[in-house]
Amino acid sequence: MREITYRQALNEALAEEIARDPDVFLMGEEVAEYNGAYKVSQGLLDRFGPERIIDTPISENGFAGLGIGAAMVGLRPIVEFMTFSFSLVAFDQIVNNAPNMLTMSGGQFNIPITFRGPNGPAHQLGATHSHATECLYANVPGLKVCTPATARDAKGLLKTAVRDDNPVLVLECELFYSHKGQVEDEGTELLIPLGEAERKREGTDVTIISYAQTVPMALAAAEQLAGEKISVEVIDLRSIKPLDWPAVFGSVSKTHRVVIAEQDRPFCGVGAELAYRIQQEIFDELDAPIQRVAQEDVPMPYNEALEKAVLPSVEKIVAAVKKICPA
Amino acid sequence: MPEPEQRDEVEMLATMLLIRRFEERASQQYQAQKIGGFCHLYIGQEAVVAGAVAATRPDDYIITAYRDHAHALARGTSANACMAELFGKATGCSRGLGGSMHYFDKTNHMYGGHAIVGAHVPLATGMAFASKYRKDDRVTLCFFGDGAINQGGFHEALNLAGLFRLPVIFICENNFFAMGTSVKRSTSLKEIVNRAEGYDMPGEVVDGMNFRDVRDKLSEIVASIRKDPHPAFVEARTYRYRGHSMSDPASYRTKEELEQYRLEDPITRLRAQLTREGKLTNEQFDQLDKRAKDEAMASVKFAEQSANPPLEDLYNYTYAEQKVEGESSSARGSRSTQPAKRGSSTKKSRRGADTAASANGDKA
Repeated sequence: MREITYRQALNEALAEEIARDPDVFLMGEEVAEYNGAYKVSQGLLDRFGPERIIDTPISENGFAGLGIGAAMVGLRPIVEFMTFSFSLVAFDQIVNNAPNMLTMSGGQFNIPITFRGPNGPAHQLGATHSHATECLYANVPGLKVCTPATARDAKGLLKTAVRDDNPVLVLECELFYSHKGQVEDEGTELLIPLGEAERKREGTDVTIISYAQTVPMALAAAEQLAGEKISVEVIDLRSIKPLDWPAVFGSVSKTHRVVIAEQDRPFCGVGAELAYRIQQEIFDELDAPIQRVAQEDVPMPYNEALEKAVLPSVEKIVAAVKKICPA
Repeated sequence: MPEPEQRDEVEMLATMLLIRRFEERASQQYQAQKIGGFCHLYIGQEAVVAGAVAATRPDDYIITAYRDHAHALARGTSANACMAELFGKATGCSRGLGGSMHYFDKTNHMYGGHAIVGAHVPLATGMAFASKYRKDDRVTLCFFGDGAINQGGFHEALNLAGLFRLPVIFICENNFFAMGTSVKRSTSLKEIVNRAEGYDMPGEVVDGMNFRDVRDKLSEIVASIRKDPHPAFVEARTYRYRGHSMSDPASYRTKEELEQYRLEDPITRLRAQLTREGKLTNEQFDQLDKRAKDEAMASVKFAEQSANPPLEDLYNYTYAEQKVEGESSSARGSRSTQPAKRGSSTKKSRRGADTAASANGDKA
């Protein structure tokens, strides 16, 4: 193990997969000569050349569709969106073409493509650049969606996504690119399955279900609550679809209380599905109403204080836990 | 023995007849409510796809929009599989899961059947990109209607194809109406072919009612692309005799206009050309036509007698079977989804009510 950044972990995953499989290539805005808007693809052009590391014009609908067409005839493209807020320009390709092709063709055409890039609110980027798109894409049958929160998960999930025979969205955390974490040494094949959550902290009184940006918040909340004698278990979903229901049900069945800390907006968000399934499957295990911390249901304001008010936070998570955990 | 080219022409005439007779039957079956959804007929435009197919190899990629029956038939998809698809049967070319607008046939390199106007044009650039990436010499044929040329995706695709010099021919089947809106009312351009100039690729107008004109001009373009990959744009001027779809009486155009085009009918014209040149007798033509009618008729019977896709198949095509390492054991359900119950629960268990678990994305 060694400590590397989330950015470096993604870079390694890309390099390893492109080196391993000649059908894999990387395409997107500024991925080649500029070395990536967030430097995730640093050095890849030099190493693999312009045939496999391909700069595109600002044309998300066009190059997302190009990737899907290439996947129809057997290539395995990795398409980078500079941010998933821009993926909305390619929504038709991601939602209509990539996931429907297998069904529409009666099983003849699967689409082995990876869409990746930063997702979720960053810092004061305003309404158009702050979308947390996981709930939009998780709603679509045929897509897989994962949300790595650590360097290790970023590397392991991206590598798995590239090898998957289906369209997979790797929703990276824009704010985490410089976060450091322990990752297996290079040369160790790190593949983290889609659909496997990870318990990031063990506890007995309440489960916080988190993913992406809310993982460190949940851990900080747990630490704070430990000082108040509340034992918190933290689950990082890592994948939104497929979702590791056994891990969710197992933890909630142990603690009997649950707070969902989600990165997206509340209405029809990831938490809505979690809450439905928990009450449906293990209603008897619940000792308190399910709590949810999400964004406020408004377009993201620019003003720093207002933005903070919209986003989930450690304080909001702590308050939600206290609401259902007797002091 | 006929020359190869002559034999090809008679064969392509037979293909055009099959397309027409097939669609006449489809129309009849639609009216008899044997076919659901939308159904867009190609009748009148047969020379476009026939000419293009005659100019290319069977392993060149073909992709088109929702008026797609002819493209599959021209590529060799059987009338049986095509009719069964309209009937929604498991024997259909898309197993009854695609319908009229979503024909696919991987074996014959027919890549759909796409129903969002213009959305498949970027896919075509991707297929051509793959040919360039792999350095094979395939050409991608991308068909679309005049309605597609004002969509954003169309423009993005042409720009990418021009920029990367991809081996793709964009074939606009200009039948002068996007549903009920004439080109004049939709497009700020004197000639559709001028779109090519904007993306620095050669453009050519072909007479889409004349098989030979389509084939000959496309053959030249294909030869040029095989030598040195590049995109090209073709405007095929043609006419659909029927409405946009089955429910459209096409009252936005005159009877006289339609009759004018019928005089140029592509099947009649190719027949006359071949007859005049002594390559086809009336008897031979009648035989070809009878064969097409019989095949279309038989396809209806085949479709009627075919089974529906089994309900158990409902979830089988949402995700491709995973062959690689990295698959979650939990996602496959090998871990119990039912945690241990609490020791002394007095509440009535409601477990097991939700049997639609696999529909909720917990299965890869």
